[in-house]
Amino acid sequence: MTETLHNLYLGFSVALSPHILLYAFVGCIVGTLVGVLPGVGPLAGISLLLPATFGLNATSAIVLLAGIYYGAMYGGSTTSILMRIPGEAASVMTCIEGYAMTRNGRGGPALAIAAVGSYVAGTASVVALMLLAPPLASFALRFGPPEYFSLLLLGLLSLAYLSGGSMLKSLAMAALGLLLGMVGIDPMSGFFRFNYGWVELGDGLGVVPVAVGLFGLSEILLTAGQQVAPEVIKPKLGELLPSREEWRSSIWPIGRGTVLGFLIGIIPGSAHIISSFVSYAMERRLAKHPDRFGHGAIEGVAGPESANNSATSGAFVPMLALGVPSGPIPAVMIAAMMVHGISPGPLLISQQPELFWGFIASMYVGNVVLLILNLPLVGLFINVLRVPYPLLYPAILMFCVLGVYAVNGSVVDIGIMTAMGALGYVLRKFDFETAPIVLGLVLAPMLEMSFRQALSMSSGSYDIFINRPIAGVMLIVAFTLLLMGILSSGMKKIDWRRRLGLAESQP
Amino acid sequence: MFTTDRVAGGALVLFSLLVIWESRALPLGTWRQPGPAYAPVLLAALLLLFGLCLSVPGRRAPLFSSVGWREWRHVSAILAACIFAVFALERLGYRLTVLLLLVFLLKIVERRGLLPTLAFAATLAYGSFFLFHTILRVPLPQGLLGF
Repeated sequence: MTETLHNLYLGFSVALSPHILLYAFVGCIVGTLVGVLPGVGPLAGISLLLPATFGLNATSAIVLLAGIYYGAMYGGSTTSILMRIPGEAASVMTCIEGYAMTRNGRGGPALAIAAVGSYVAGTASVVALMLLAPPLASFALRFGPPEYFSLLLLGLLSLAYLSGGSMLKSLAMAALGLLLGMVGIDPMSGFFRFNYGWVELGDGLGVVPVAVGLFGLSEILLTAGQQVAPEVIKPKLGELLPSREEWRSSIWPIGRGTVLGFLIGIIPGSAHIISSFVSYAMERRLAKHPDRFGHGAIEGVAGPESANNSATSGAFVPMLALGVPSGPIPAVMIAAMMVHGISPGPLLISQQPELFWGFIASMYVGNVVLLILNLPLVGLFINVLRVPYPLLYPAILMFCVLGVYAVNGSVVDIGIMTAMGALGYVLRKFDFETAPIVLGLVLAPMLEMSFRQALSMSSGSYDIFINRPIAGVMLIVAFTLLLMGILSSGMKKIDWRRRLGLAESQP
Repeated sequence: MFTTDRVAGGALVLFSLLVIWESRALPLGTWRQPGPAYAPVLLAALLLLFGLCLSVPGRRAPLFSSVGWREWRHVSAILAACIFAVFALERLGYRLTVLLLLVFLLKIVERRGLLPTLAFAATLAYGSFFLFHTILRVPLPQGLLGF
């Protein structure tokens, strides 16, 4: 404990230095804007701003990107509550109760509870991250290729199982992502695979063009053509304070959302989205008067908003401790760290204590910054949405082109983004989720490498995946999830996702 | 009957067959010692299986004809603008390419007035160049004419 406090002191000495504080502040503002804008979710936002961090040192860069991530989580709630427009997918549940509260003249308290819930959840989950990541990293030092292979497979299957839609479609998208990850030089043999003479494809398809195409560009394609600026109901600053009854009704949902969000965040998958859906369903089940839900129940704002912010920190646990991304956003964060010459993994905490603890401390600071920023500046942020969409989308498209080009200075990446945008547009029309593609793309090289290294270690015997206890347990869990997914698809009555209404309400 | 699942499943099957066909040039290796084609072929086989599983019982999915494509004009224009950026960015430079791209989208696609379009496009093109290239030192192409 003393060591943790000492390290935290080190972290705060980094995070409170003026330039790091500035980057946390800028990250939070940009993130909030990203969250407010429909079509630019946290993933596309981080991807687009990645090139802007190239000139920074690693700590500043990661603090800026993390600020964008949790800023976007906050920002998404504002448009959900005031305009019934989810700035990003995790805010969909907030739309239902938040907008109903706005219609009832209680939009201000809904915003305040969302901000306070996000702050409490964000801070508490950073404490949990701080306590959990170092021991997990020490444990992960025992991992060899078979364990990593099992862990990565578990991650992919968890994502497919926990996704709101069809598990079969998610598995197909994960396989497609893994296949896209096969493009480029095979690291074991040096053979070029599927590059068709394009030197730029030697390193494979980049995460950033694929992510921006699948998430940013496809959203622009889906929403382009809408002419009317949405109606904005803007509460006054004096109307923000919740009543005593509203505070009382929100305390437990915030607590439950925090714990639930963090636990779901650690599990690979689109944690922040799933956690808000599960939290909403839980609050509706636990409510004394569930019939209030849908008509402006504040618990339906407090729970999901806390859960999605808590999940944001939870997702950093496997990323920082194991070097394994639990979803597409941590995957892009890992790519950002690698650009700066840092390999996330078990040795990160011991070899780069300033980065790790500075990052942790900056998350505390970022949560305070967001609480201070969000409520007074709410009017300013939603004014962005008054810009007509025919003016907004060309500007977003310009940032997509700029961000994607700047990563490698290659126009081939813009071509990849365009192709992925078209693919994402068609897939979303056909009700497919695109997150597994990005995760598959990132995990493919690690998965293949650990698989082949494990077989080299065992002279070709597959027993190595079962005989080693950690790998064996993870594989059993992974295949149990697969089996449960298959069974629940066959017997719809036992499918918890359908019972929670996830399958129907997923955007 | 063409349903969305059948069309999507069929496309996945075709794509996986293409991957298997293209992998023939690479050494497959053995069960105990996988080669560079092993993982792609294995994954393509899985994708083929998923595609078939989607297609075969795909009767209950929505009809393909029920999928709305109302925004196709905008979609084509935006994709064309992106393709233009691929070919123009390093030849014309960042500022000129973005200026032309924005003018195309605002004036031709969205039918905005010429002056507001030019003002908006020039501000964004030159403003973003100043912010990213000059201040943040992100390398952006200046093209043959120095734009």
